[in-house]
Amino acid sequence: MAEIQIKGVGKSFGSFTALHSIDLTIADQEFMVLLGASGCGKTTLLRIIAGLESPTRGEVWIGGKRVDQLPPRDRGIAMVFQNYAVFPHLTVYENIAFGLRMKKLPQPEVDTRVRRTAELMHIEQLLKRYSGQLSGGQRQRVAVARALAMEPDVILMDEPLSNLDALLRLEMRAELKGVLANSKTTTIYVTHDQVEAMSLADRISVMNGGRIVQAASPVEVYRNPAARFVGSFIGNPPMNFLPAEKHGDGRYHVAGLSLAGPPGAAQKLEFAIRPEDLAIAPGGLKAIARVIEPLGAHTLVTSEVGGALFRAVLDSDIRIAPGDELSLVPKPDRIRWFDPETSSALKAVP
Amino acid sequence: MNSKTLPYLLLAPATVFLAVFFVWPFLQIAYLAFTTEGGFTLQHFETMAGNWKFWPTFWNTIILAAIVVPLQLVMALTMAQVVAKLNTARNTILYIFTIPLGLSDLAAGIIWLAIFEQSGFLNSMLVGLGVVERPILFLGYQNLWVIFVAVILAELWRATAIVMVILVSGMGLIPKEYYEAAEVFGAGPWQRFVKVTLPMLRPSIQTALILRTIAAFEVFAVVVALGGTTLPVLVGETFNWQFALQDRSVAAAYALVILAISIAATLVFLRLLRTPKGATV
Repeated sequence: MAEIQIKGVGKSFGSFTALHSIDLTIADQEFMVLLGASGCGKTTLLRIIAGLESPTRGEVWIGGKRVDQLPPRDRGIAMVFQNYAVFPHLTVYENIAFGLRMKKLPQPEVDTRVRRTAELMHIEQLLKRYSGQLSGGQRQRVAVARALAMEPDVILMDEPLSNLDALLRLEMRAELKGVLANSKTTTIYVTHDQVEAMSLADRISVMNGGRIVQAASPVEVYRNPAARFVGSFIGNPPMNFLPAEKHGDGRYHVAGLSLAGPPGAAQKLEFAIRPEDLAIAPGGLKAIARVIEPLGAHTLVTSEVGGALFRAVLDSDIRIAPGDELSLVPKPDRIRWFDPETSSALKAVP
Repeated sequence: MNSKTLPYLLLAPATVFLAVFFVWPFLQIAYLAFTTEGGFTLQHFETMAGNWKFWPTFWNTIILAAIVVPLQLVMALTMAQVVAKLNTARNTILYIFTIPLGLSDLAAGIIWLAIFEQSGFLNSMLVGLGVVERPILFLGYQNLWVIFVAVILAELWRATAIVMVILVSGMGLIPKEYYEAAEVFGAGPWQRFVKVTLPMLRPSIQTALILRTIAAFEVFAVVVALGGTTLPVLVGETFNWQFALQDRSVAAAYALVILAISIAATLVFLRLLRTPKGATV
């Protein structure tokens, strides 16, 4: 059992605050992804959990034990580093065995674990090699095997796939998901890649400016962003936003169109819709098509609505040319509203 | 300009210089050492080895190197480890540590002579403190070991910094992630030093050991300043045969002995500290 609790953790470097007070609970065996742009504090938070960085304030608990004052080795964790950190002077075998030897496990036990994890990561034929003789993908496998061999309560991963080429990343992603699901460990995974986050996570913590903006399941984060930032960060292309002005009871003008908004809300709101939740039909938002990008499965149309950039993902059978006027109807149940003052989401319209 | 010939042209002046001032003299020395008027001979080596001073000279040199170089390595590793961890004033401290490197070895010898000689600092201090009644003759022929110790101290003081500089630059090249990985996987500070720093520093240690050992075999001015001829060493004897005894052929034989042990030591270090294929970053 290794539930991780982060209680009011903050980190300052001089006058710069990298992390504001972070509160987060990660359930036993959960796969939690910390997602955010570079500089959002996700790696700092991971390193604080690992014990490679100490928090300026707050507490870290792993498996019911307070660990923020303990050295990394006493926390029951293993880690996969961005640049793998596979020791160049040791063979693959000794790399995987490194942590086990530090724990002074008997040689037969070390051997069993090394061979088992090597087999799991499909590197059993590389055990005698040095890292200089391995490709990036193989080094990545060694790094993961080294972490798994520890049979840790918690595995921490710092952008482990970011140095691999696109095809390999896809392959490793699927493999990691399978291996980690079977290992029964709690995983914290840092990435800036939203597709990676969506595909791997049980829950995603979206971070921005040293704060967790939203921590929820991938679909929840995608469908119901808790803040404007989440909507604009997640999704490719991201959410569309348009200003909305109240006229009468619960109705809002959005680029000349009258839509039902949340009752009792402020005078000015922000209307938001995902590009794929739009359809061409009469009586919608008036849009002038600017760029048409056929992508095979569908066509991405970048248009202008009321002077603002507005994207729609439409069926690829559609025939349109730049300059055409379109009428884009948003799916009513997919419309989201944000408060422009706080940029946080209003409750979804039923 | 043809891009294939350009590198050779650029290297030509240095190559010619080395050929003229190193290879040619070396051939001359070899010729001197192995020939007499009658042709090839080993007679000069026999003269050299037959002299009662040869073996003491040889062993003095080897023992000095065998004590000085390992001590320097340990001290330099310690100093480098401390310096590499500094965040502020790191360069200032590095510069201060390296001041002795700017001195000639004769000057270094004379400084230590000023400490150890009969009217030197050490005696004045001991007399001043009332530890001894009158100055002690530290560096006399009766106290060969004191001369030995003095030479070792002077050599440590003078040339440890060069080892440290090499090691500090080597340590700077070890990525921080390796230490973090070692830490996460359970290695304490000493284990990190043994399991990460030492093996990854191997190329630097190899370079430092080769440079320092060759230099230690060539020890001369410090020994002359502190011991005169009481503590004979190989380069000292080479000098002696060349200028005092006026036998250039035996001096050449001595020079070749120094060359031989230098090459042997280099080969040993290359072999012992070699990096396995593929085991580089």
